[in-house]
Amino acid sequence: MPATEARSVVVFHTTSAAIKADKAARQAGLETRLVPTPRHLSSDCGLALRFARVDRAKMEALLREAGVEPAGIHDL
Amino acid sequence: MMATKRQEIAPLGARTCGKVVQGMNVVYLDNAATSWPKPPQVAQAMADFLEHSGGNPGRSGHRLSIAAGLAVLEAREAVANLVHIDDPFRVIFTLNATHALNLALFGLLRPGDRVVTTSMEHNSLMRPLRELERRGVAISVVPCDHQGLIQLDVWRQELARGATLACATHASNVTGTIQPVVEMGLLAHEADALFLVDGAQTVGALPLDLQAAHIDLLAFTGHKALLGPTGTGGLVLAPGFPPERLQPLVRGGTGSRSEREEHPDMLPDRFEAGTPNGVGLAGLRAAIDFLTDQRIESVRQAEVAVEQELWDGLAAIPGVHLYGPAAAERRTSTFSLRIDGMRVDEVGLRLDEDFSILTRVGLHCAPAAHRTLGTFPEGTVRLAAGVFTTREDVQRVISAVSEVAASAAHAPRVPPCVEASAATRGRSGKEA
Ligand SMILES: Cc1ncc(COP(=O)(O)O)c(C=O)c1O
Repeated sequence: MPATEARSVVVFHTTSAAIKADKAARQAGLETRLVPTPRHLSSDCGLALRFARVDRAKMEALLREAGVEPAGIHDL
Repeated sequence: MMATKRQEIAPLGARTCGKVVQGMNVVYLDNAATSWPKPPQVAQAMADFLEHSGGNPGRSGHRLSIAAGLAVLEAREAVANLVHIDDPFRVIFTLNATHALNLALFGLLRPGDRVVTTSMEHNSLMRPLRELERRGVAISVVPCDHQGLIQLDVWRQELARGATLACATHASNVTGTIQPVVEMGLLAHEADALFLVDGAQTVGALPLDLQAAHIDLLAFTGHKALLGPTGTGGLVLAPGFPPERLQPLVRGGTGSRSEREEHPDMLPDRFEAGTPNGVGLAGLRAAIDFLTDQRIESVRQAEVAVEQELWDGLAAIPGVHLYGPAAAERRTSTFSLRIDGMRVDEVGLRLDEDFSILTRVGLHCAPAAHRTLGTFPEGTVRLAAGVFTTREDVQRVISAVSEVAASAAHAPRVPPCVEASAATRGRSGKEA
């Protein structure tokens, strides 16, 4: 995604959940990237999933479908 | 020591006789201890993991850590698929089945609880239970018949007296006897007991649907029928099992909730702490992919045919006694034998030295099972075939055992069992 595009991140309760969500998102064709969790957002889990803000609804649906409960979704 | 040479492993269906190790064409019949050889994909996946995804699985945000975390997740998914559950986070990875059974037993049981188990159990279940008994947990051991099969009516009666937990091995590691886990689980649930199954000998060998068998907790090991490397195994929590009923065995770093000094509750982190065996799990995943490709059921059918040939061939030899169900479909690819007039250790050594047939003799970490079979304390010679055992291997074993039995029949009688058993007893403490 272009560097100027608005982004959001999903934060998780476990690193396993973050990796599972990333795998599901890639399979669904969403452009995502696992990043270290921004420190101001949470210290719940070391990994967060960054995605384009325009994809928020898709991301939420995908998390539901994958059975992954996020700890939160934040705009960056 | 000579370098270990091994011929290419042929795909199933085009299997070749024997495997060359240390220059010798061996027949490996110790698959119940650990399977060998492994499909070549296993070593390949492990080498790939070390070379290309060598980070600490999921701990750090960089690409090597993420790649390693993905390898662990995919191993979790492979196991979940295999036992037909949807949520991979209900697969808790441990070092082996022993570690998983300790997690289940020490995590669940408190003084005053009552446990029902069987007389065919491995020490990985019995020893933690005996320790828990010392701490005030009541234990009832349901007898099995001379083939190692559970007496279901006694199982039902003992459960009816009230139990927190019913636990049993899915199949014996001495006789291969497959227990009727579906009926046992149903009876456990009717008595409001949880059902823990030791799948060390069966996960990978027999198709198993966790929920259909009323299993709440399933312990498995990666290095036996699953064909993975040592150092892998786990405990699977059934979809309805509330994780809070189980206390963790280890607590520590998880990469999650790092601000807190209390261990987190979320699965799988609640029961996993410390760096996981990423390289081993990458190998396990490749092994499960291999098995799934071959479809466990067709592997099983091929094994049953080979096993029946082995049993029938050995049963016809004078002086040979076999232990286990005669029908191959009623056991895993494992059973035991003894030869009249010869100690089991001598038989094992002859088979190894003169015929390059590798078995395991003694008590197989299962004294209770040998008491049930009437083979305690001398033990037996265990023959545990595997997916790579061929018909040619079977013929070689039958003629070797014939030869050994014939020589035993002509040799002077061995000292009576008392003396033999004293020797066995001396060894058994170390062996289990
Ligand atoms: C029936 C049974 N349960 C448990 C185990 C323990 O497995 P592991 O040594 O992988 O912990 C074994 C094998 O050793 C076994 O045969």
